Amino acid sequence: MAKRPVDRSGLLLDIRNLRMEATSYPPGEPPRNVVIVDGVSVKLERGKVLGLIGESGAGKSTIGLSSMCYGRGGVRITGGEIVLNGRDLLKGGPRLLRQIRGREVCYVAQSAAAAFNPARKLMDQVTEAALLHKICTKAEAEKRAIGLFKKLGLPNPEIFGQRFPHQVSGGQLQRAMTAMALCSEPDLIVFDEPTTALDVTTQIDVLASIKDAIRDTNVAALYITHDLAVVAQVADDIMVLRHGKRVEYGDTRQIIKEPRQQYTNQLVSVHHIPHEENNPTDAPILSVNNITAAYGGGLVKVLKNVSVDIHLGQTLAVVGESGSGKSTLARAITGLLPPIEGKINFSGRVLSPRLANRTRDDLRELQMIYQMADTAMNPRQTIGTIIGRPLEFYFGMKGKERDARVAELLHKIEMGKGFADRYPAELSGGQKQRVCIARALAAKPKLIICDEVTSALDPLVADGILKLLLDLQKEENVAYLFITHDLATVKSIADAIAVMYRGEVVRYGPKSQVLTPPFDAYTDLLLSSVPEMELGWLEGAMKNRRMASAGN
Amino acid sequence: MLNVKNIPISAWIGLIITAIFLFAAIFAPWVAPYPVGETVGDVWEPMSAKYWLGTDNLGRDLLSRMIYGARITIFIAAMATALSFILGSVLGFAAAVIGGWLDQFMSRFVDLIMAIPTLIFALVVLSVLPSNVVTLILVMGLLDATRVYRLARAVAVDINVMDFVEAAKLRGEGRIWIIFREILPNALTPLIAELGLRFIFAVLFLSALSFLGLGVQPPDSDWGGMVKENKEGIVFGIPAALIPAAAIAVLAISVNLVADWILNRTTSLKGGRG
Repeated sequence: MAKRPVDRSGLLLDIRNLRMEATSYPPGEPPRNVVIVDGVSVKLERGKVLGLIGESGAGKSTIGLSSMCYGRGGVRITGGEIVLNGRDLLKGGPRLLRQIRGREVCYVAQSAAAAFNPARKLMDQVTEAALLHKICTKAEAEKRAIGLFKKLGLPNPEIFGQRFPHQVSGGQLQRAMTAMALCSEPDLIVFDEPTTALDVTTQIDVLASIKDAIRDTNVAALYITHDLAVVAQVADDIMVLRHGKRVEYGDTRQIIKEPRQQYTNQLVSVHHIPHEENNPTDAPILSVNNITAAYGGGLVKVLKNVSVDIHLGQTLAVVGESGSGKSTLARAITGLLPPIEGKINFSGRVLSPRLANRTRDDLRELQMIYQMADTAMNPRQTIGTIIGRPLEFYFGMKGKERDARVAELLHKIEMGKGFADRYPAELSGGQKQRVCIARALAAKPKLIICDEVTSALDPLVADGILKLLLDLQKEENVAYLFITHDLATVKSIADAIAVMYRGEVVRYGPKSQVLTPPFDAYTDLLLSSVPEMELGWLEGAMKNRRMASAGN
Repeated sequence: MLNVKNIPISAWIGLIITAIFLFAAIFAPWVAPYPVGETVGDVWEPMSAKYWLGTDNLGRDLLSRMIYGARITIFIAAMATALSFILGSVLGFAAAVIGGWLDQFMSRFVDLIMAIPTLIFALVVLSVLPSNVVTLILVMGLLDATRVYRLARAVAVDINVMDFVEAAKLRGEGRIWIIFREILPNALTPLIAELGLRFIFAVLFLSALSFLGLGVQPPDSDWGGMVKENKEGIVFGIPAALIPAAAIAVLAISVNLVADWILNRTTSLKGGRG
């Protein structure tokens, strides 16, 4: 076993001038080298937490994994030094790597559901690394694991380990993964977006338990995320990365209060879109009356007596956790899931519950934009075909007339003419979502249902999409039904808000009214769970909570 | 698009050999040195400059018969494969898109057919029906269609739940558009790879039928029939039966190499120009 310095202070990890490369194989071109990380240096002292922040493709995960000398997906370390506990990992060979991985450095992955082996009990997996490295006996390891389950606030810590991964919730699984990383008492833990896939109300729990565990065990951590507000709660220092290069490095207070680089400033001021609330008009364009919908032939009611109105040229935001029925509401309105009770009025006429019985005008005036723009477009059709099809289908446009209109729409979504001949795979995430917006606009709709349209995007890109949606709303006077779990988004774009909880609307009204106290317990929980870019916000939020989130 | 340099060597071998077979099959009357049914020499003459592959059990030139045999074998196998693909994939896609009782009915019916060994099924049917090329193609095509149906339905079920198909449904598109414009282009790659394999199975199936005497009837002959005609010679150390057998094997391998390459290029839904 490697000698480990007993010294519990001083430098733990020292990465100098790290350079990482990968080979990409673009179709039809010779393979070429891509530099993923370019000359980044990271210093981390014992017991400190460093936040690595940046958009996707910034190289933050790659740098995090480099601390255990690992390159994911063919990424190679081609330059620099990685010194952990005084030893250069690049010169140590596989024997040293085996010693440190799972012993001195542990890793917490973004998707705990995908990272756990579904066939083995949690306890076996949590204690595996500690037993493999012969740190302690099985009984000691299990005792340690139970202690960690308790510390991380998991229910029934004594028997929690006897469960299988599918028997616990996503937030619990993420905490179990943190326990797994802590079990072998490492010096360093790499947290790779541990809360990104969770609901806001669950995220705050996981975040708080991670923070407590870090403080109590005095472990150092690299905390990787794209959400500056989250990292501000746990990190001592923050490094901002972009395109594999360091943009800015400083302590947390300086980064969020006095950012020195323009890019950092953009990240800090994200989600501040000025939007004036509109007053409701006399006649709503869409009015949902006492809708009840169910899956499984009426057995599982997922929508209970839901009523909302949407006015022309305005935005209704539907917020709630996953499982609250907000996407089901969209499915009921579009006719994909005919409601078993209630009716829907749309621009003065009653909508048929079933999609098959709706007229072409009903379909045209009610368009939808999806969360995953990737799967919402046929990968074998060009952008021109994708946007042009609704024109052909609803308006019978052909040839030059159609191409001209496609070009016009591309211009509207701030993309150039050249995109018409491209395929979706050749666009970036934000561009794909823009094309989906153009496809919806092509039908000249009165209402667009936006199902989590920004949640798969980087913050800055998401901001661009929201601004575009607002501009288009002014130009085209279209109404949005905006489904989201992100309250920051809601604040920037909504005119009215409906808060959903377990299939019911618990709070509904104009934005200013919904966001003004007094709150009901659930709205309060939801509002107070949204991370704010302030130091000490987490502690305050946890203290003032009136209702525990699901799974706690 | 397709870059010639990126084709692996195994695929090249497959492509070239398949091309040679196809050339021989298409231009048989011009390529073959002797007419197909004419007795030109002694029975089972050895290979010589005059008869490159020797002569068969009736003294006909084996090379010429091989070339004409390629024509018949490949034609019947290709037609049967085409039939099975058109039928199988259209029904499979329809079952996946429409779903409900239609899907249940067709899938269970296909299960029923697949439960009976194909060769025995074909033998029974062919012994009742008049044995001609059209019947052969129909029987082989229909039996193979069950396999294609299974694959097409499985692929289409996956694609049918994608958001872009839902978007098309919300737009009000008909089933024809959804099947042929949304699903088919995305299911094409696995289907094309399967096409190669099914073609090979059709060749083997036809050869087996002919060998058993229920396939192509004399005086015409495919490779399986030629093995049958010359099989007595093996006892006397005469290789005439092995040559058509080897041709079947080489064709099977070369088409397989091409199918492998297509399957490897992309099986995912990445799309684009691939």
